[in-house]
Amino acid sequence: MDTTLSTDDLKFQDEVRTFFAKAAPEKARQLISHPETYKQGIVQWQKQLYDQGWVAPFWPKEHGGAGWNVTQSYIYECERVQANAPDVVPFGLKMVGPVIYTYGNDEQKRHFLPGILSGDDWWCQGYSEPGAGSDLASLKTRADRDGDDYIVNGSKIWTTYAQYADWIFCLVRTEQSTKPQNGISFLLIDMQTPGITVSPIPSINGVYSLNEVHFDNVRVPQANRIGEEGQGWTYAKSLLAHERTAIARVADSKSRLETLRQWAARERQGGRTMISDPMFQARFTEIEAELMALEYTELRVLAAMANNQSPGAESSLMKIKGTEIQQAIHELGMELAGVYGGIVADEEATVTDIGHDFGDQARKDFMYGRAATIYGGSNEIQKNIIAKRVLGL
Amino acid sequence: MNFSLTEEQQMLQDSASRFVGQDYSFERRQKDVNLSQGFDPGLWRQMADLGWLAVPFSEANGGFGGDATDLMVLMEQFGKGLVASPYLPTILLFGRTLDLGASGALCQDLVPRLIDGQLQGSLAFMERQARYQLSDARTSAVREGEYFLINGEKTLVLNGSAADKLIVSTRTSGNQLDENGISLFLVDADAPGVSRTDYRLMDGQRAANLHLRQVRVKADQLIGGEDKGLALLQQVIDQATSGICAEALGLMSQLTNTTIEYSKARKQFGVAIGSFQVLQHRMVDMFTACEQTRSLLYRATCSADKPDSPEHRKNLHALKMLTGRKGKAVGNEAIQLHGGMGITDELDVGHYVKRLMVLNSLFGDADYHQQHLAALSLAA
Ligand SMILES: Cc1cc2nc3c(=O)[nH]c(=O)nc-3n(C[C@H](O)[C@H](O)[C@H](O)COP(=O)(O)OP(=O)(O)OC[C@H]3O[C@@H](n4cnc5c(N)ncnc54)[C@H](O)[C@@H]3O)c2cc1C
Repeated sequence: MDTTLSTDDLKFQDEVRTFFAKAAPEKARQLISHPETYKQGIVQWQKQLYDQGWVAPFWPKEHGGAGWNVTQSYIYECERVQANAPDVVPFGLKMVGPVIYTYGNDEQKRHFLPGILSGDDWWCQGYSEPGAGSDLASLKTRADRDGDDYIVNGSKIWTTYAQYADWIFCLVRTEQSTKPQNGISFLLIDMQTPGITVSPIPSINGVYSLNEVHFDNVRVPQANRIGEEGQGWTYAKSLLAHERTAIARVADSKSRLETLRQWAARERQGGRTMISDPMFQARFTEIEAELMALEYTELRVLAAMANNQSPGAESSLMKIKGTEIQQAIHELGMELAGVYGGIVADEEATVTDIGHDFGDQARKDFMYGRAATIYGGSNEIQKNIIAKRVLGL
Repeated sequence: MNFSLTEEQQMLQDSASRFVGQDYSFERRQKDVNLSQGFDPGLWRQMADLGWLAVPFSEANGGFGGDATDLMVLMEQFGKGLVASPYLPTILLFGRTLDLGASGALCQDLVPRLIDGQLQGSLAFMERQARYQLSDARTSAVREGEYFLINGEKTLVLNGSAADKLIVSTRTSGNQLDENGISLFLVDADAPGVSRTDYRLMDGQRAANLHLRQVRVKADQLIGGEDKGLALLQQVIDQATSGICAEALGLMSQLTNTTIEYSKARKQFGVAIGSFQVLQHRMVDMFTACEQTRSLLYRATCSADKPDSPEHRKNLHALKMLTGRKGKAVGNEAIQLHGGMGITDELDVGHYVKRLMVLNSLFGDADYHQQHLAALSLAA
């Protein structure tokens, strides 16, 4: 039992700190905070990380990753959040990339990995369908063989940032079988292919990120299938565990909690600030203690992963607690803002006009944050997984 | 012991529920909130014709003389239908301040116009530094002969952009937090020195920050007595608090019903998701939350005829506290149980939740009222 950093770790920490100080992440952040320049900001930041060789901490070195150990990744995340630097978009780097280098053939690795690392290719995730959410295996989008190609027909839904995407990785049905998991294949599809249409789904936070993606006789080379036909479910599942661990966003929650503390130090009531309000203190420290615990839960999971145990049901626990904490922070932020959390800032009335500097942000966080317990496999589904796999129920 | 409605109240409920069920739709509502003033003047006329604008006003001023139960019945239906209207700011806040505190002459001039739907009003009682504390007022009113000179800024004035007239809480004496020294003034929206910053709230309705620079008001526009405005303000806000809790209950029960229906229709794993016990229990919790809120609402309504009694004050604090907590829980569950659909703008669920969020923070949130309840219950 020891979590003190070694001399090498401390040297690494210094290196990371120096990088962030030089990289000036606030420029990219600025771009990312406006919908019109969101993609530009993300790509710009990713390229900065890419040039430094740090864009893919978890990937093995042979595929262009940083090859860091668990401690280094942890140090990096802490420093990133401290520096208020953006996170990378997960679809390429954290989701499809690992599937390609683990299950793809050499040609696929050569073809796809460089664009994922450099940020030149934007990826989106095409799993969910209108009829297949929690019950993903019941998906109906079909891919029928036609010579060297597949012909794809069907609809994907909730596809985040499909409007920016060059590529989509999809689960499709290549065979009707009795066990629904069996006939599913993992396909990479060029978004420029004729027959694909993307339609936006307006969401309650007013930001455009969700889409429906329709496939109408879309021709996809069989060469774009990862691994064996009918084995897509297995590949996707191994990836879901990583996705869930990432969704926990422990480091981000730490920084958000600190922001909350700063907000509370400014918000006044009855001539004093909210930071000295006993109710606020109770609510704040309750979240803080849970987060302190989750930080170590994450370290335990990461340490197990380093010993080549893949994160299994623990990733479900991380997802549940991590998203619950995110939402608790959002709710407390919203309550701290009080009535001002209800105001929508726009070009008509800016945050400065309104005279409240965090209400608008608190509201946006709260509304979008509701989705965290739904995506990546809902928290109810995660509990089912733990009940079954860990508790043996 | 009797919790049933009188025949008149039943009729009021029927007419409101018929309106919400037949004449009003979510689509219409979404169109209405996009109009520049945040509501449809046609709807307001309709409400006037139905007699709803007269409900809480005293008979002396030409109103219906309705009590807390009448108001509750109406507001709950407004919640059920997510009705976007200035009923709260114009009638319950502005109108009732006049009704309870203004001179006979002022009331006779203004209240009939309110009841006819001819006049829009607002009550400007919040300030940036005050959070939920009504007595925290920096906006100053200084006597100058026959006039008062007002300077300051009020925030989040509901309906502030459409209001023809506003009632503004000001400080005429004492220190920033003193309970004594608050005075309420009737101010014309187009009086020299009055300007507004308009904005939209998350529930689609409109509000404004009100800037007052050297605004001259005649002394006869003072409502509720010089320095003595706080008691009146508190009384009006207490009644409005019960009103918005009834609206919140309407929102909560509608969200609960919508969620139950969705869980019966939505199939995953070959069955309706409503067949999963874990979701059934969560919907039972939503249902229970509504019932508990209804009970406290009745409780506070029953004690409303003794507005200053400690009993009523406790009932009100408990009501606003529980409505805030349970409302948030019901809203969160409604979204969660709808899955991805719950966060779409197309479905009404998110819009009900947004209205609940606005009501939760209005007139003090759950934490605020819990502290006030504690002060009454646990006083040494
Ligand atoms: C913001 C956001 C972004 C997303 N981005 C993407 C993306 O990029 N790509 C993609 O493929 N998908 C994406 N999704 C989809 C997401 O994965 C699904 O929404 C999720 O899997 C839930 O499916 P559903 O929405 O169909 O809800 P449903 O499956 O219909 O679930 C409705 C409710 O029932 C509950 N439930 C269902 N089954 C059970 C059970 N057996 N036991 C107990 N409770 C149950 C659920 O937990 C939920 O509360 C996104 C979703 C959101 C909200």
